[in-house]
Amino acid sequence: MRDTPLSNCERRFLLKAVEEKKRLDGRQTYDYRNIKITFGTDYGCCIVELGRTRVLCQVSCELVPPKDSRPTEGIMFFNLELSPMASPAFEPNRQSELLVMLNRQLERCLRNSKCIDTESLCVVSGEKVWQIRVDVHVLNHDGNLMDAASIAAISALSHFRRPDVAIQGRDITVFSPEERDPIPLSIYHMPICVSFAFFLQGSYLLVDPCEREERVKDGLLVIAMNKHREICSIQSSGGIMLLKDQVLRCSKIASVKVSEITELINKALENDRKIRKEGGKFGFAESMPKERITALKRDEAPVEMTDVKETASEINILRSVSSPVLVAMGTAQVGEGIVNSWGLDEDEEDEPQTEDTKTDEVMVISDSEEEEVVILNEEAQ
Amino acid sequence: MAGLELLSDQGYRLDGRKASELRKVQARMSVFAQADGSAYLEQGNTKALAVVYGPHETRGSRSKSLHDRAVINCQYSMATFSTAERKRRPHGDRKSSEMSLHLKQTFEAAVLTELYPRSQIDIYVKILQADGGNYSACVNAATLALVDAGIPMRDYVCACTAGFVEDTPLADLCHAEESGGGTALALALLPRSGNIALLQMDARLHQDHLDALIEAAMTACKGVSKVLDGVVRQHLEEVSVLTRD
Repeated sequence: MRDTPLSNCERRFLLKAVEEKKRLDGRQTYDYRNIKITFGTDYGCCIVELGRTRVLCQVSCELVPPKDSRPTEGIMFFNLELSPMASPAFEPNRQSELLVMLNRQLERCLRNSKCIDTESLCVVSGEKVWQIRVDVHVLNHDGNLMDAASIAAISALSHFRRPDVAIQGRDITVFSPEERDPIPLSIYHMPICVSFAFFLQGSYLLVDPCEREERVKDGLLVIAMNKHREICSIQSSGGIMLLKDQVLRCSKIASVKVSEITELINKALENDRKIRKEGGKFGFAESMPKERITALKRDEAPVEMTDVKETASEINILRSVSSPVLVAMGTAQVGEGIVNSWGLDEDEEDEPQTEDTKTDEVMVISDSEEEEVVILNEEAQ
Repeated sequence: MAGLELLSDQGYRLDGRKASELRKVQARMSVFAQADGSAYLEQGNTKALAVVYGPHETRGSRSKSLHDRAVINCQYSMATFSTAERKRRPHGDRKSSEMSLHLKQTFEAAVLTELYPRSQIDIYVKILQADGGNYSACVNAATLALVDAGIPMRDYVCACTAGFVEDTPLADLCHAEESGGGTALALALLPRSGNIALLQMDARLHQDHLDALIEAAMTACKGVSKVLDGVVRQHLEEVSVLTRD
């Protein structure tokens, strides 16, 4: 199904906001959304939540014959799929431009940068090597799929454990996880992609665009770096005109962001390792927050409170409110009520009526035909 | 790759060039009579052929046409005999699709598409021999083909690759230097304004070297633009001599 087109006023609103350096969710220009990394029960399964964008990555391995041109190296296979559950615009089995771009960027970021030692994946040279397959599925599309996918892929690869093998002559024995502990992959470094969206002919840029911001962007610059400040890949797309200083500035911003994200990934891996060692519960079910309905809850809406006091004092001065007047015990009068203008009978008009005064008399409203009406519980009236 | 020294002690590369020297660029325009514009370009041993049809009415689905601009359609393919080993899938695989996409975006930015609303411009590029710098040769050939077709552009789009070996940036990489595992940066530039239309880099490079690398690539692109300009002027002279009585 086709995606709903973006209306012109929405587009204009977004561009105006970008010009004024404001973002839809209140972030700053260089801020990332909240990143949450969780691992599943199996080794090599990882879900990354970048704001509302959700990406799942699964790493698996298989023994296959190696490529003829490289008999001593293992094979890495990357596959990214845009599932229709992520966005109504994604159709199954359709080779769209976005899919090609994401796949190629993921491949370039992880394969060409040689983050995994492929020589260590060799079992018998020329005959059997490990083929590591990285499958990334997009579960929810709220912008910036590239970054989320790269974080998920590298986290899953770091988390993955391959089965242990023993070679005796020509016989290869693959041990199951129960027999021998599986071995982690040897990862040299963690390349992470950082996306910069350019607007208004390259004059404004935003880091980590959300889905709406992505729709109005002119072009995208993706820089993949690792925490050692090595650039693993740069890709500009969308036909934007860049200047050399812009690229250099983006690379500086990227290095800061990448070190933060690498920190996050390492912490998540450490947590998972600790929980598994201590025998605690792990996996996706544990990471879901238990939401019990105990009371009607509403999220706090952030309100700008910077000059509330001045504005309030201004209003106070404009309308001077008089202090309350005590009429009787338990009653007070603030201000004076205006004359009733509903057009009632003449005798009623003369009586001064104020809103807050309580009537002392008991009003008797009854249809009874008795001569005398006895009212019980006088005080309660 | 062991044993292959990309930069010798005297400063010479594998093919005898110095670090900042480009390969020999030769080009011819109007090689095909039927197409609106065509060009053949050789950059060292890399040979690329570009053909342009357009601007013409949008063929196929009407929904693809834009009401205010022309649509640029690009197809990049490599001949099966272009590489050392026969290429099994010349087009349709992911790498070619990505290259086609990048070419399309590069030229959408450079061509004055606002002058041809509801039209389509087709650019077909084929690599006849691949010896490094495939993308750059395509871009340069396509620029010449567009000039030959008479389609107005903001500036020449010149592309070149650059690499980094032992703190020295190398300009215009050949295949052995590209696949050696070192850094390779492909840059498409509009020389007069210095705007980068496309930037693509693979393999690891320390952030501090990025400036020098981009600078080397930009200088190389400006060198290529001079050659392309010379080719266009020479072609114009030849054509005007032929049409003159």
